[in-house]
Amino acid sequence: MLNSGISILFEGINLQRLLLGLLVTLRVASIAVVISIVVGIIIGVIRTSKNKLVQLPFRIYLELFRIIPILVWLFVIYYIVPANFDINLSSEVVALIVFSLWGTAEMSDIVRGAIISLPKHQVESSKALGLSPVQMYRYVLIPQATKRSIPPMINLITRMIKTTALLTMIGVIEVIKVGQQIIEVNNLEYPSASFWIYGIIFLMYFCICFPLSRFSRKLERKWAT
Amino acid sequence: MTFDWQYMIDVLPHYKTALWLTLKLAFIGIVFAILVGLICSIIQYFKIKALSNIVQVYLEIARNTPLLIQLFFLYYGLPKVGITLSGEVCGIIGLTFLGGSYMAEVFRSGMEAVAKSQVETGKAIGLSNLQLMRYVIIPQAFSYSVPGFSANCIFLLKETSVFSGIAILELTNTTKNLMGIFYKTNEALFMLVVGYLIILLPLTIFLTWLERRVRHAEFGN
Amino acid sequence: MSEQVPILQVKKLVKTYGDKPVLNGIDLVVEKGKVIAILGPSGCGKSTFLRCLNGLEEVQGGDILLESESLISKSTDWRNVRQRIGMVFQSYDLFPNLTVMENILLSPLKVQKRPRQEVEAQARELLERVGLADRANDYPRQLSGGQKQRIAIVRALCINPDIMLFDEVTASLDPEMVREVLDVIAQLADQGMTMLIVTHEMNFARLVADEVIFMDKGNIHEHAPAERFFSDPQTERAQQFLNILQF
Repeated sequence: MLNSGISILFEGINLQRLLLGLLVTLRVASIAVVISIVVGIIIGVIRTSKNKLVQLPFRIYLELFRIIPILVWLFVIYYIVPANFDINLSSEVVALIVFSLWGTAEMSDIVRGAIISLPKHQVESSKALGLSPVQMYRYVLIPQATKRSIPPMINLITRMIKTTALLTMIGVIEVIKVGQQIIEVNNLEYPSASFWIYGIIFLMYFCICFPLSRFSRKLERKWAT
Repeated sequence: MTFDWQYMIDVLPHYKTALWLTLKLAFIGIVFAILVGLICSIIQYFKIKALSNIVQVYLEIARNTPLLIQLFFLYYGLPKVGITLSGEVCGIIGLTFLGGSYMAEVFRSGMEAVAKSQVETGKAIGLSNLQLMRYVIIPQAFSYSVPGFSANCIFLLKETSVFSGIAILELTNTTKNLMGIFYKTNEALFMLVVGYLIILLPLTIFLTWLERRVRHAEFGN
Repeated sequence: MSEQVPILQVKKLVKTYGDKPVLNGIDLVVEKGKVIAILGPSGCGKSTFLRCLNGLEEVQGGDILLESESLISKSTDWRNVRQRIGMVFQSYDLFPNLTVMENILLSPLKVQKRPRQEVEAQARELLERVGLADRANDYPRQLSGGQKQRIAIVRALCINPDIMLFDEVTASLDPEMVREVLDVIAQLADQGMTMLIVTHEMNFARLVADEVIFMDKGNIHEHAPAERFFSDPQTERAQQFLNILQF
């Protein structure tokens, strides 16, 4: 076992490059998360409609993202769109599209679930008090639904961050790609490079996701009714 | 968008092989994940001292890191410290490692959902801890766990697509290779999606049926 | 019949939750074949007292003797004791994953390792007696609350206990089902089963019990023959308690 292997991290600007790669990862994730939250909430509220014609298309949309793996979605958009529609998309934009579509679908389901799980008498007593639909949402439903949806929302964000690891497969220059480049360049000098580089990336993901999932569990316990 | 149907028929055998491999790896991985999950959840339910802490550390690591990095570490990293594993073995280990933590979570919350009074009644008629597990807690926890269990199976099956990162010729990787050789992207990706639908649609339907079948613990008492 | 060892003796039993006392030194002697009703306002410790007798609660002081054998020691094998002291709870916890018959047979077959034929015959006879012989293969979800509670009693009896503990067994039943359960318990009293019954059904207690103990705030305030307790309670607390219950 080569114990000098770990020093590859501190060679030149390697660590800095990895961190910059991580920033790309996080940039994609955070833009997608913001879009997902905003659009997801809107679609989630729409999906509480009892109209089957409104429900169905959104349901199909959600199921498509549940059944087909995200990696496949990345490939589909990455290869199909340029080949058939003469539009050139950078891999980072493809990633953003797929992650936003996926995040929106899941987010809408969380929001919808939170709203319809509210006891029916909350709606009925709001109406009995003469609140308008807007007032009912503003003062009664949204505050309660928020508490129910925030923990699963954070879990979804954690999942999205973890899934950004796949971006390397469509050639986004993010943390893993940078890691692979470092490994290739240093392979002769540091034969154990891949052990340390993948090890450190492993740790980076853990350091981001662990606090998030801890936080969501804490909120869940705090808000449990 | 045009499709070369003849091409699709020509490459069908590749997809058939890939589909079986996907199913095989997923099945083995899920079975091991169930075992790991069951053991971890029992350790956590009874709060067995030292072990329970180890399990907690494992759960946190497995749940908070991407499968792809776990696989890269196993497949490319470990050989550098003298442990060489084949791609398929890495895939199964990775899926078990990840899946075990998800299963443990589902089983544990299932066990905790079993009413405390059920456990007390069991004790009051003289059952031992082991008998309590066997006849009271596990059967009931199982029926509480089915929805989460189903979601996990589907999730793990989909995660096998990540195996394409370590050169396993499952569905996604096969597609990638074929695209690289023939440039028939539309056809290849179409078959890829169909491949997953062939596996996941029946599975989804079966699991929904199972959920209805075993719901006995929810009403009744 | 002279000088028999009492089947159950409780001496200075103390139970605390943290520093909050729940039982402050309970003394009780139970002779074989006696039916004792335990009455008192909610929170007086009567349910906790029963749970202590079945090892479901850890006790902090005092002693419990089952036929002069102490149950307060680290080496007490509660699984053995529980086969001699049966208990039925308020929440009639049948196992929903097992049929009625499987619920009844579980402990006799798996814990006591008795032959299936013998136990099944006994189970059928007991089911017959509580009027539920035709429900042996049903699942608990197909039964009403009163039926479930009668099955829970049969399940406890099938272990052949020497003593039965009933913890507010009718408290969560609809009023029209209370009767069918109390009838079963009254039958047992007639057959000479030793029983400790925590209940809020005063008329039932008066009818079935030989003795009454009245508890409040973790102490026994009065211990008297049933008839005398109801007609002429000695302590002020017991008088108040009985008055409140009368409209």
